[in-house]
Amino acid sequence: MSSETMTMFWDYGLWLLIAVGASLLVLVGLLLCVAFLLLMDRKVWAAVQMRRGPNVVGPFGLLQSFADLLKFVFKEPVIPAGADKGVFLLAPLVTATCALAAWAVIPMSKDGWGTWVIADLNVGVLYLLAISSLGVYGVIMGGWASNSKYPFMGALRSAAQMISYEVSLGFVVITVLLIVGSLNLSAIVTAQTSGVGAWFGLPASALDWYWLPLLPMFVMFFISSLAETNRPPFDLVEAESELVAGFMVEYSSTPYLLFMLGEYVAITTMCAMATILFLGGWLPPLDIWPLNAVPGIFWFGAKVVFMFFMFAMAKAMVPRYRYDQLMRLGWKVFLPLSLAMVVVVAGVLQFMRSA
Amino acid sequence: MGLTAIFFYLFATLALASGAMVIVAKNPVHAVLFLIVTFFNAAGLFILLGAEFLAMLLVIVYVGAVAVMFLFVVMMLDVDFAELRAGFIKNAPVGLIVGGVVLAELVALLSARAIVPPPVAATGAPIPRDVTNTEALGQLLYTKYVYFFQGAGLVLLVAMIGAIVLTLHHRQGVKRQSIADQVARGPKTAVKMVKVASGGSVVPDAPKR
Repeated sequence: MSSETMTMFWDYGLWLLIAVGASLLVLVGLLLCVAFLLLMDRKVWAAVQMRRGPNVVGPFGLLQSFADLLKFVFKEPVIPAGADKGVFLLAPLVTATCALAAWAVIPMSKDGWGTWVIADLNVGVLYLLAISSLGVYGVIMGGWASNSKYPFMGALRSAAQMISYEVSLGFVVITVLLIVGSLNLSAIVTAQTSGVGAWFGLPASALDWYWLPLLPMFVMFFISSLAETNRPPFDLVEAESELVAGFMVEYSSTPYLLFMLGEYVAITTMCAMATILFLGGWLPPLDIWPLNAVPGIFWFGAKVVFMFFMFAMAKAMVPRYRYDQLMRLGWKVFLPLSLAMVVVVAGVLQFMRSA
Repeated sequence: MGLTAIFFYLFATLALASGAMVIVAKNPVHAVLFLIVTFFNAAGLFILLGAEFLAMLLVIVYVGAVAVMFLFVVMMLDVDFAELRAGFIKNAPVGLIVGGVVLAELVALLSARAIVPPPVAATGAPIPRDVTNTEALGQLLYTKYVYFFQGAGLVLLVAMIGAIVLTLHHRQGVKRQSIADQVARGPKTAVKMVKVASGGSVVPDAPKR
């Protein structure tokens, strides 16, 4: 190797290798976590209904997700004769890829070496919003390309629903951004080391995180993210009583698996986003010895699992909304409320700054 | 040469190719999908220029919202391809004229230096390292150009109100759910106590409209 290619390697190649390695690590870890979160979802749902849930494959049914994966992969993919073949097969790929791509900017921990994140973007929050708004394309493309009535209806519903709730989701995020003054996700977490709890002279604790001063926004974020990810009680996209399975009616085998995977990864992303914006990311609940010695990734994971548990409980306990009620909630309740909160938060910040 | 150049050629080629496909594709839905790919690659070019805020806004606003509406409308259209082709010869002169005018404008813009306004020349200025993109935009937009900013907002507001006024019509005789009424309903308004005489009957009130 000549010296020139060596410098090229040190300038770009090494950086590229690290990025690829980190991405692979995050993807594998994420997919493993999602497999167990899916099982947890079903177990929680079963427990609420006093059933046992999946308990056959592996100890306590722990390997159920992997059995499902194998089953999906070995089935025959059926493509309807009237379908637009290219778009039909592209749709699940778009959903899964967009959902996975969001994890490039999510900071998971911080130690002496730096932040545990693939790309520490200055506009991380915007990137997350952009990627999550792309998820709608998989749904629309799948619904349209199936060339069938139910999928198309499901796709139209989904597109309207996801766009509606994105607006209030955006405003909720803006209130957090106003307080932090940065669009960088790790800056948002770091900003939560001092807040309400610090006024009472406590060390950095759970009281400093933004769920407390922004409690109404936290609730709104949670409900909006349920709607954004088409989770019950807002799963009108695949309301099986009316639309069979919505936009996924014509899908089978691996394409269907990719849709389900994309859906669950998107839910996990939303949980991670709530964790970062409102629950202090990787910060321990109280900054004292035994707690702050635990690596940050544990606290991050625990908070994401807690948020996912809330998602699962909402699915188990809340009856499905009617479509007009869903739209009313999004446009007539959440939008004005979140818009007003942006004004209020900005006003309070300005007042505190001048005082 | 470096990674930037490689990515520039990647994004630029894809943007041009998918841009061409937008007008070549026979199926209008495919055309819109290619348009989305074009937007995406334009966002990539913005990132290479160091304008990451603009890139993200392009994806959120155009790809995430505007193009979805496009796709909605195009999917619902009942396009008859035979009819479209029949109109091709008839409309060709108009199309040629419009295309010619746009071409002439582009040539004029690229050849004559005199009509290039000064701000275009200033785009070559290096990006300041210490200020983030978002901050720099905000500082300029809310101070120097605040009246233009407000004016643009006002135009959008008028357009929005116009769209609502044009499409809003209340149909008579449709039963709608009023959640405020439902919540306000209590025992006093919902329950009526009556004494029924032995062997008598109760005639219910006519429902309120």
